[in-house]
Amino acid sequence: MTQQAKPPIPAPTPQPEWDYYWEKTKQHELWLMRCKDCNQAYFYPRPICPSCFSRNTEWFQSSGKGTVYTFAIVHRAPTTAFTAPYVVAYIELEDGVRLPTNLIDVEPDPEHVKIGMACEVVYEDISDTISLPKFRPT
Amino acid sequence: MRKDLSRTTAIVGVAESDDIGLTPNKSALMLHAEAGYNALADAGLSIKDVDGLFTAGLSTLATAEYMGINPRYTDSTTVGGSSFVIHIAHAIAAINAGFCEVALVTHGEVGRSARARQGPDPRLPGPQFETPYGMIGAPINYALACTRYMHEYGEDRTRQALAEIAVSTRKWAQLNPKAMMRDPMSFDDYHNSRWIAWPFHLLDCCLVTDAGGAYVITTAARARDLPKKPVYVLGAAEFHDHALMSQMQDLTVHPAKDAGNRAFEMAGIKRDDVDLNMIYDSFTYTVLMSLESLGYCGPGEGPDLFKDQRTAPGGDWPVNTSGGGLSYTHPGMYGMFLVLEAVRQLRGECGERNVNPKIALCNGSGGSLSSSGVAILAVD
Repeated sequence: MTQQAKPPIPAPTPQPEWDYYWEKTKQHELWLMRCKDCNQAYFYPRPICPSCFSRNTEWFQSSGKGTVYTFAIVHRAPTTAFTAPYVVAYIELEDGVRLPTNLIDVEPDPEHVKIGMACEVVYEDISDTISLPKFRPT
Repeated sequence: MRKDLSRTTAIVGVAESDDIGLTPNKSALMLHAEAGYNALADAGLSIKDVDGLFTAGLSTLATAEYMGINPRYTDSTTVGGSSFVIHIAHAIAAINAGFCEVALVTHGEVGRSARARQGPDPRLPGPQFETPYGMIGAPINYALACTRYMHEYGEDRTRQALAEIAVSTRKWAQLNPKAMMRDPMSFDDYHNSRWIAWPFHLLDCCLVTDAGGAYVITTAARARDLPKKPVYVLGAAEFHDHALMSQMQDLTVHPAKDAGNRAFEMAGIKRDDVDLNMIYDSFTYTVLMSLESLGYCGPGEGPDLFKDQRTAPGGDWPVNTSGGGLSYTHPGMYGMFLVLEAVRQLRGECGERNVNPKIALCNGSGGSLSSSGVAILAVD
């Protein structure tokens, strides 16, 4: 079979309050936001705390370590940009937020992927400007 | 909401578009119009009687123009497939406040035959934080929620409940001439169907169809002068939580919990008083967690509700007698069709699948388990 050119993964078009997040992931660092008034970390980033509406918020660097909160194994790719099977997951970070991502370097099989599994962030450069934080088991 | 608004309004007309299932020669707007005119005919009313217009997905500007309506009250609330149940609560408010008297709620989608598809708005958080990971479309997102339920409450008993729901819903569809999927389905068929997004098999997932639907709602007083048996609104409420599935704090609790409590309070009835539950079944899992969240059992006890096909024809607890989104029709935002079936069941128009209810509950679910509209309907 001849190789068909795969369309690119739909890269995000950052909105103003997300520029910093994507600038940092480009440097292979994961930065999140937290509220200095109620001490809640949250995802996705926005300058007003979604718990207490304070504007006294800040960026901080995540440890990038967490556990699998839930996952699914995609067997029917939603677009031709993706190749099934692959694992989608929410990772519960040590920092106290849940992040949607892919779990990679693991068999896409419920015998191998488990809720509670420890994992860490890795980065996939999908374009000149965007690097996606993904996770792999540790 | 005010309890004294219970029974002040009634649904007096319901209809689908002329055809449902596969309608490649019709636009979504045409399905709105067909269903709207058909529902008015069912109600014994004309387009000239309509002074309130409601829809979701499209703006009422488009449906009003296409159908030739100049509404005094307009509502295009769009919070997913639940919207058309939520419109019942909005219509109660508008009618009782005197903003309109005859409200027409229309739906139309060509989920299967659309010539142009609209992608997600790239300005929103979803395309930023979920789409790049291939978290696209309902099956993948809902699967993430279902896996968590299985983890918390047991994979095998959850799986058995999902199978019971798929099989019982198909049995109802076999009794509905308008249903798209009427072939028999065995438990083996369910378990052997291919994976779409584990833990979902193909037969956990709703259909993708073309369809339109509409209903007419007016004052209880006017309803009594119209030809069909009035279907009174006892209670109605809405609630929404998140937009993105990854923002849902508890993946096992549907926003129907909040909406349901208030709808039951307005209706002044108990869970046991409900004879028929029409529950949005985008996926088998949606039914399981919605009924649990509506308070028919405790957290994690949902699988017990479906044991031994008790929700199927001949069972003691009917659910989704039309065949649901799983086997009857699901054009994208299916909530409208919950109302159609509930009204027809209450009127006794469903032939061999009629379960002769006095009280029926509809729970619309929208977005990524994001929103709920609950309506409790009854006949005298």
